[in-house]
Amino acid sequence: MLLEVVGSVAAIGAGLAAIGAGIGIGQIGKGAVEGIARQPEAANDIRANMIVAAAFVEAVALFAVVVALLGNG
Amino acid sequence: MFSTPIFAPNFETGMVFRNIKRLLVAVLCTFLFTFSNIAIAQHEGEMHADSTTKEAAEGDFNVTETILEHIKDDHSWHLWGHTSIALPVILYSDKGLEVFSSEHLVNEHHEPVVYTGNYSYKLFEGKIKVANADGTLNEESSKNVWDFSITKNVASLFVSIFIILLIFLTVGAAYKKRGVTSAPKGLQSFMEPIVLFVRDEVAKPNIGHKYARYMPFLLTIFFLILTNNFLGLIPFFPGGANVSGNIAFTMTLAVFVFVIVNLNANKSYWEHIFWMPGMHWSMKVFLAPIELIGVFTKPISLMIRLFANITAGHILVLSLICLIFIFKTVFASVIAVPFAVFIGLIELLVAFLQAYIFTMLSAMYIGMATEEHHHEDAHH
Repeated sequence: MLLEVVGSVAAIGAGLAAIGAGIGIGQIGKGAVEGIARQPEAANDIRANMIVAAAFVEAVALFAVVVALLGNG
Repeated sequence: MFSTPIFAPNFETGMVFRNIKRLLVAVLCTFLFTFSNIAIAQHEGEMHADSTTKEAAEGDFNVTETILEHIKDDHSWHLWGHTSIALPVILYSDKGLEVFSSEHLVNEHHEPVVYTGNYSYKLFEGKIKVANADGTLNEESSKNVWDFSITKNVASLFVSIFIILLIFLTVGAAYKKRGVTSAPKGLQSFMEPIVLFVRDEVAKPNIGHKYARYMPFLLTIFFLILTNNFLGLIPFFPGGANVSGNIAFTMTLAVFVFVIVNLNANKSYWEHIFWMPGMHWSMKVFLAPIELIGVFTKPISLMIRLFANITAGHILVLSLICLIFIFKTVFASVIAVPFAVFIGLIELLVAFLQAYIFTMLSAMYIGMATEEHHHEDAHH
């Protein structure tokens, strides 16, 4: 028996982009926490750079969301 | 001896009060959401009674449509319930300029109707187009009409301009009166650290010693984006428009960055683009088109980053609220509302972060374009 799949491929694309961004942000967080653990006095600089890098990764995922939205609409 | 009878009831009443308080909050929440559901149900009921064309969609709650309707631009500014501000429509066509209120474009049930000016205008999916006699879209004549209306986004931009002017004229007057060396007071002491943050964390490290020349531009885009992001997060009247989630707005900012970067670029910047130094000639030919594309992709990525971040945030909050209407039960709000509040708090961070990132990247691009490269042979 086949299940009918409803929706668009765009949703799958957005999901894949979310996986990529998830891995990316995870790596950034890991790197930042390790860096802070080694050098707690540099915590503020590391945190600022972490947020900026995370925003870049997030932006790539959001590009995919925009493409998915356009594909959907 | 006395402590036991006195303490025990106190303790218990304290517990009871706390429980009653919790209960009250819960009841109030449930009441509010039931009430809003009823209001919406009534609204839908009215709509259905009046419109016969939307019979097919009856009962169906179209999430995508609802969300997109909330994030896009509009010719009227919704206040509450059925009340909204009709914004002026300014059209320029081959028959001349005309100005009229957008209330002529909808009837009392918010359905588009034909307004006869120089052409017969009608709203098609929120955009003013020319209609035929039977009310269908006339694409030929629509090409003659240019829409310069004060839409919701434009009006919201005016609000943010007013807020920015109010803040900075006040602060500027205070500096003029009391001198720049005296300790800041009131609003001054709130704005000064933010301005210093842009100068010390954004401009100086990225641009270098020539930073002062670009400070006005960087501060302007920073505060413009920040104000519009914050206004977009306010769900009711003075806010509520999705200005920084509008690609035309972000494109305008990106074009400014593009022009400023490329007008101020020095010789070595262009050299690094068209004839990368220190490479074999075949590599130089290969790199030139890639670097040239990079000139354009930088502002384009600025444009899309801001647009996508803000729009995605709005969509996220709206879809969480839409959960209530998808499940058609007030109990969905128990999950949806705390999540929406949580996402709203993250959006506050994002609002600041995106303003910061846009400014920082602009500063970085300016810095890259104006950087003084020491020629390799100068060292040898």
